[in-house]
Amino acid sequence: MIRALHRWPGLIALALVTVLALSGAVLSIFPAAERLSAPQADPGLSVAALAERIQIAYPGVEQIRRAPSGRITAYWFDAGTPGSAVIDPATGRGVADVDPNRFRRWMTVLHRSLFLGDGGRIAMAGGAAAMLVLAISGVALVARRTGGLRFWFTRLRGPLAGRLHVEIARVAIAGLAFSSVTALWMTASTFGLLPDTRGGPAFPEEVSGLTGVSPSGVALLSETLVPDLRELNYPYPGDATDVFTLQTDRGTGYFDQGTGDLLAWADLSGWDRISETIYMLHTGEGAAPVAIVLGLMALGVPALGATGIAIWLAGRRGRLRIRGNHPASAAETIVLVGSEGGSTWGFAATLHAALTKAGQTVHVGPMSAFDPGRYRKAARIILLVATYGDGAAPASARGFRDRLAGLGAPPGVPLAVLGFGDRSFPAFCAYAEDVARAARDGGWAECVTYDTVDRQSPQDFARWGRSLGQAMGIELELSHRPVAPGTVDLTLVSRRDYGAGVQAPTAILRFALPTRTVWQRLTGAGFARFVAGDLLGVLPEGSAVPRLYSLASGRRDGFVEIVVRKQPGGLCSGQLTGLRPGDTVPAFLRRNPSFRPGRGTAPLILIGAGTGIGPLAGMIRANAQHRPLYLFFGMRHPDSDFLYGEDMPGWRSSGRLTRLVTAVSRGAKPLYVQDALRAEAAEVARLIRDGARVMVCGGRGMAAGVAEALTEILRPLDLTPASLKAEGRYVEDVY
Amino acid sequence: MKPLLAALALGTALTAPALALARPVTMTTTLNTYGGDGAYLALYVTDQSGAYAGSLWMAGGKSKYYKHLSGWYRATGGDTSQVDGITGASVGQGRTLEITLDLADALFDAGYTLHIDAAVEDMRDSPNEIAVPLTTGNSGTPVAGRRYISSFVYDM
Repeated sequence: MIRALHRWPGLIALALVTVLALSGAVLSIFPAAERLSAPQADPGLSVAALAERIQIAYPGVEQIRRAPSGRITAYWFDAGTPGSAVIDPATGRGVADVDPNRFRRWMTVLHRSLFLGDGGRIAMAGGAAAMLVLAISGVALVARRTGGLRFWFTRLRGPLAGRLHVEIARVAIAGLAFSSVTALWMTASTFGLLPDTRGGPAFPEEVSGLTGVSPSGVALLSETLVPDLRELNYPYPGDATDVFTLQTDRGTGYFDQGTGDLLAWADLSGWDRISETIYMLHTGEGAAPVAIVLGLMALGVPALGATGIAIWLAGRRGRLRIRGNHPASAAETIVLVGSEGGSTWGFAATLHAALTKAGQTVHVGPMSAFDPGRYRKAARIILLVATYGDGAAPASARGFRDRLAGLGAPPGVPLAVLGFGDRSFPAFCAYAEDVARAARDGGWAECVTYDTVDRQSPQDFARWGRSLGQAMGIELELSHRPVAPGTVDLTLVSRRDYGAGVQAPTAILRFALPTRTVWQRLTGAGFARFVAGDLLGVLPEGSAVPRLYSLASGRRDGFVEIVVRKQPGGLCSGQLTGLRPGDTVPAFLRRNPSFRPGRGTAPLILIGAGTGIGPLAGMIRANAQHRPLYLFFGMRHPDSDFLYGEDMPGWRSSGRLTRLVTAVSRGAKPLYVQDALRAEAAEVARLIRDGARVMVCGGRGMAAGVAEALTEILRPLDLTPASLKAEGRYVEDVY
Repeated sequence: MKPLLAALALGTALTAPALALARPVTMTTTLNTYGGDGAYLALYVTDQSGAYAGSLWMAGGKSKYYKHLSGWYRATGGDTSQVDGITGASVGQGRTLEITLDLADALFDAGYTLHIDAAVEDMRDSPNEIAVPLTTGNSGTPVAGRRYISSFVYDM
């Protein structure tokens, strides 16, 4: 809801708001320029003395004005010709022409009304209103993203466009909101929607009829100092009934041109003062530093617009668009998707198409938007659920469990849950199972029993489709063709081979960094931004299902590196380990934000065996800030499969790696990495007590052994691997 | 411009009986190129004693700026009902405002003076740009304004 309130005003009013902001930024310079160029008066100078000086130089003077910048201008008539000049208050003589700045005028009219008169003013006010809505919804979004307004200036993560957008906004938002509010006020005032300011006291009925008083004979002019002056108007020549008019910061008064007596005076009302202050703060006239600050903040708007569009487009691209999707309130079948990488959306699209063909009305949406109250026409709800990590909710299902738990009673329509996962992972469909169990426990009826799809299997999906069709009493044939992710061809530049002697042929493959477009750079899409621990998806020839490898390098290293062990009969590993420099392979990037060393200076304990060293090596290479880093590495034989063995001395001497502990499993006394941990139990316990973070990468057996060893080591500290996991201090990347 | 029964706006005893004896008068106001936004112009009439008799035309739609037409504002106390129905757009620099009004004969050669106040945003207010006695003899004789009006003439 808030996001929509932010997105649509932003997209619709973008051009208008950009024009407003840029012209505003240009205009913000003028008050300061005028302040610097105008000869300033001695603060003790009285208006009477100034007027006398000017009268000597220009006997036909009609008006003396002081701008908020301190610039004093005089207007006079000399032999029937009007004249004007900027006055040096020290001499009373003109020092410069009163040149109405055409450029400033042009900019002002553009800023105010786009040269379109009142219609333009209303359009620009609409732009200011959009800016205000953007500012308010933006604050709500930043608060939501950082976890509250208290964390307004917290560090950000994510793609560059999103970070830039928030970084600029959190500095500029105050100025933008302020300028919008004052702009709306000024427009309302222009259109007479606010009470009018007073035009001064009533004109005096009686005057002396005499003329010729000198300014020094007027008490009020001698008492008023130049910095308080706004305007002094002389009586119309030859009209004895006219009077002097004086406007100051306090009010407006008339005095007699013969006697100098004050005839009428009106103080500025509170309303006048409010109006003037708002005018001053919006235009910066009389508040040059405010103008400069607001102008600088306004410069952030074009950047906010560009990054905002980038975010919007990136978000659109991430989710598959479904043709003919019905609104949730009008659909008989509600399909909700819990997907992390996006492949489950493809299945939802296939299901949507098949059901629509069978004459059903179908709504497809993310599980995070689960809201049974809206499903007024629904006859069934179908959940297509992937799993993230070991049993966590995938991105598009965040908050689903809470919403489900928050329901008083289960929805009146039956449910079908289909889990998506990979059986080779220990937590196969763990989140889907969890959802199905929670629904069952809550008393929610099922129309199709819980089922799963392994590795995007079209056969599994078609089988489940048939049971769904049976339950619905229709013929339902789901033929799903997985959508190939957008890949780029990576070119192998070098390879290092290990492990041939221990029957574990393994290669460190280094690919050239693909060129990135400006667009990717801005959105952080594709290979524009990645770090060690993210995943490289490789599409082997002859299969539509990608294999994922942990990256052993980050963008900054300037290459893409993975460690691959040739599996007996493995399709993808066989092709990869067969690559020669110059060969290419289609690949794509998938982020893995849960397997990151995190920020901070707390020590890191990296534990890996075999190819599991890949991401850990990448993290060591990236450790330029010399965070204490301990690597426990298990191998078969140091002469054969000591991956990155040649790099270790350099990493040690440069301070990237604090300590290396190896375990060798071939030999007289086989040692595994968990044995190495136990041997260093005191050191490991000390590091964890000091806040160290543990990262484990490797096979499932090794991870289980490590967890067991750590359980023993942590027992004296009253900690467990589970409690560390809950704190985010124990992360695994297991395969 | 449409002829208007501007005499109706003249709130004096003169107008009602004089209506029968009215004639169309065309007033042409040409502005010079003073280098600013559109000018607000107030055309109004004072009697032989200098007292406000009525308004003929107001060029400029936003009443919040009328105080800058200081002669008119003083004379009327800023009463916008004085220009109800006889208000038009402001006049751009170098442009001409031509209005035709049915004016009572009794206004001419009777000591009445036609005034024009002018004001331009961010520029000097100019009350009494024009002050020309309403006489049949002055008809067709252009007069120059002080600041913004290059010429004003009325023809009847």
